[in-house]
Amino acid sequence: MRDFAQLFASLDETNKTNAKINVLKDYFISVPAEDKIHTLALFTGRKPKRQINATLVKTWAIELANIPQWLFEESYQVVGDLGETIALLLPDGESTHGKSLAEFIREMNDLNTLTENEKKIWLIDSWTSMTRQERFVFNKILTGSFRVGVSQSLIVKALSEISGLNPAVITHRIMGNWDPATFSFHDLLQEEDGSDDASRPYPFCLAYAIQETSDKSKSAEEIAQDLGDTIEWQAEWKWDGIRAQVIHRKGEIFIWTRGEELATEKFPELHDFILSLPDGTVLDGEAICFAENKPLPFNVLQTRIGRKNLSKKILAESPMAFIAYDCLEFAGDDIRSMPFKHRRSVLEKLHQINPHQDTFQLSAIVQFDTWQELFDLRLQSRENHAEGFMLKKLDSIYQTGRKRGDWWKWKVDPLSVDAVMIYAQKGHGRRADLYTDYTFAVWDGDKLVPFAKAYSGLTDKEIKQVDYFVKRNTLEKFGPVRTVKPELVFEIGFEGINRSTRHKSGIALRFPRILRWRQDKKIEEADTLETLRAML
Amino acid sequence: MGKPLLQFNDCGIYCAAGNFYIDPWKPVDDAVITHAHSDHARWGNKRYLAHHLSREVLKYRLGTDIQLQTVEYGERIQKNGVTISFHPAGHIIGSAQVRVEHKGEVWVVSGDYKLEDDGLSTPFEPVKCHTFISECTFGMPVYKWKDPSLVHQDINDWWRLNASEGRATVIAGYSLGKAQRIMHHLDLSIGNIFLHGVIANTHEALERNGIKLPAATRITPEVSKDEFKTGIIICPPSALGSPWIKRFQPFAFGYCSGWMALRGAKRRMAADRGFVLSDHADWDGLIKAIDATGCECVCLTHGYTASFSRYLSERGYNAHEAHTYYGGDEATEEDELPVEVLNEQGGVIGGTSNESEEVL
Ligand SMILES: [Zn+2]
Ligand SMILES: [Zn+2]
Repeated sequence: MRDFAQLFASLDETNKTNAKINVLKDYFISVPAEDKIHTLALFTGRKPKRQINATLVKTWAIELANIPQWLFEESYQVVGDLGETIALLLPDGESTHGKSLAEFIREMNDLNTLTENEKKIWLIDSWTSMTRQERFVFNKILTGSFRVGVSQSLIVKALSEISGLNPAVITHRIMGNWDPATFSFHDLLQEEDGSDDASRPYPFCLAYAIQETSDKSKSAEEIAQDLGDTIEWQAEWKWDGIRAQVIHRKGEIFIWTRGEELATEKFPELHDFILSLPDGTVLDGEAICFAENKPLPFNVLQTRIGRKNLSKKILAESPMAFIAYDCLEFAGDDIRSMPFKHRRSVLEKLHQINPHQDTFQLSAIVQFDTWQELFDLRLQSRENHAEGFMLKKLDSIYQTGRKRGDWWKWKVDPLSVDAVMIYAQKGHGRRADLYTDYTFAVWDGDKLVPFAKAYSGLTDKEIKQVDYFVKRNTLEKFGPVRTVKPELVFEIGFEGINRSTRHKSGIALRFPRILRWRQDKKIEEADTLETLRAML
Repeated sequence: MGKPLLQFNDCGIYCAAGNFYIDPWKPVDDAVITHAHSDHARWGNKRYLAHHLSREVLKYRLGTDIQLQTVEYGERIQKNGVTISFHPAGHIIGSAQVRVEHKGEVWVVSGDYKLEDDGLSTPFEPVKCHTFISECTFGMPVYKWKDPSLVHQDINDWWRLNASEGRATVIAGYSLGKAQRIMHHLDLSIGNIFLHGVIANTHEALERNGIKLPAATRITPEVSKDEFKTGIIICPPSALGSPWIKRFQPFAFGYCSGWMALRGAKRRMAADRGFVLSDHADWDGLIKAIDATGCECVCLTHGYTASFSRYLSERGYNAHEAHTYYGGDEATEEDELPVEVLNEQGGVIGGTSNESEEVL
């Protein structure tokens, strides 16, 4: 555990990519094999199951820290992270346990056989035998909230430098349904792929955005300059669903989302079509709610995803389909290095012979001869229930991760309104001690009604200024939330807008974010609820 | 019961009996200054009273023409029958707690303070009083400082490593206090010290005041870039992200502040290293200092006033929050920062003064 805590501290002590890679390499070379694979599991989001609930952990920490409960809660508000709060509040300790990371994880996994009192004794013994730094990573693992400040690509790079394997190969091998108790680090870095994991997906190929805000809009000429001849490109609508990979291998089916979540059970309607694909097929596409030949608004899908149980009612209200746009594996062969137009023709054939045409949709190709034509068509995205276009180079391979050049997303301008900040709340993680999460309101007659919460979009300097304002203009405090004097106006961008009965304003926004701080505007100049309703 | 000896009004901490203010935030006739940080010593007062060791820095910051009287720790000054005296606060060089006595009643205004001896400031001394107006910048139990000598050792180790790899070491801390504290503990066998202009100005002012500080070079375009490779550059936090800092490339950046105790705060500064080093008392320090005054009543300024007063109330103190315009943030103590924030924020200061005339 000491090595692992030190690794975490060392990664924290530098912002430089190369230094981080060196730290990772040193660690992976020096620790026992068992710790290596557990570390990799943790670093790729494969957390051990939580065996003690957070309330108990909190209660025991409060006891050991010897402070009132409210003070613990407020400390948590300041720090923004439970594991860190506990590590800071417990009395200082020395490292006396002598256990490895793997041993601690084994003990955590075995906790379900213990009584509550035995769990408590184990936890307090563990805490008192650790330093603050060890306690912090231990708490993060224990509470199932372990996250690491290095990207997966850095880990892949370090492993690639140790083993000499291509980074794309490693990225692929560490995906899928493996368990650190059975997957061996040795197999992972062997020349030949030793895995027989039928569920293993491919790393998603990700697109770069052509433009992100309304004030940076690009003209057709600029697009032409950047992308060249239209003949080399294919355009498809950009669908507003959940990016997913569907797999049929060895008689089994799997659905993976872009967040590497295994979601097979969440989409039962898709099972038939996937089973009808020839064995050894992997498709990339969008899982989306779909009825009467068109996609349903995203909030229908969102409601469905939020439900634990898929009731008959939910299934009827939000039927699923899969809009396929790529084929990554065919007849058991990885075809990602074939040109896109070839993969597309494979996909079209698979689609043609599939009996489930209702749930297996093919992403339509948008015909165009000039960029201007496509530019004009893009303005009809919303009528087509799309967010804009995906542009893909016809001769491109299926890249691993986000690579510039072959895939572009060209979204329609975001919708926006000017709104007044009325509540503020402290952020988490890197902004734990600043007011960074804001609630915004628009005018309804002479009242300001809240309609959206947003936090991203300001520069660090602006955040400090807003935080300064909040701390000096608080009207009321409700727990962590402060009501502030309505004075600051912001331009809020969003991707979509829907009617909502749950919100006071009667509307719900999709992906609201701060586009900019309108220091030039007075609150009287903010938009009205009517303006928002007109966008429905 | 008559009026309280000190009260918070629109302009600052006011003593009606003596007709003077302590650390006023709006211009007044008579200002008693605990220390020279910009949130405590503001521009525009008619007369200033401060400790000897604040003299040159106050003149540098507020103008050489200010009407300033300085005193020694423990010296007693009379104002309309009220006795004023200064007592070491251990926060920065020349920082003081201000003791006010009238008709047998004693109040102490802490200004900012810490209990550890930093080797430069006159160490903190508790002062018995009935009412203590205390800062609580770090008044949360998550803030517990480790032994500062270990932090200075970490800084030297980090500097040594950077120097051995041919990389400049840039370290940020606010210019009055932190900067001198950092350099006082540097291992000069590693390399030379270079100062950002703002820090060099403060450095020179302190030297005019008779303070002995390590030799350091002001950074000017004439200093050769090669010299930075093994050197340590001390700058204010605001220099980060400015074009000024580019000249040191390649460099490693460290930030010294009590806020670095939280991972989130460190990330926000985008620092390679965060050194937890504060000139304010930590949680245990605050409680120890308050207990040592033997006071019944505590008024809290700076930072976590609401939580800390609740905690003290539960421990039997008569504790209140006081609304002031003092920092509450080590970063805003950096001389140029508050001005910048205030200008851009326009009417924020004094705009919502619903806390004026708050009686303690
Ligand atoms: Zn200060
Ligand atoms: Zn202060």
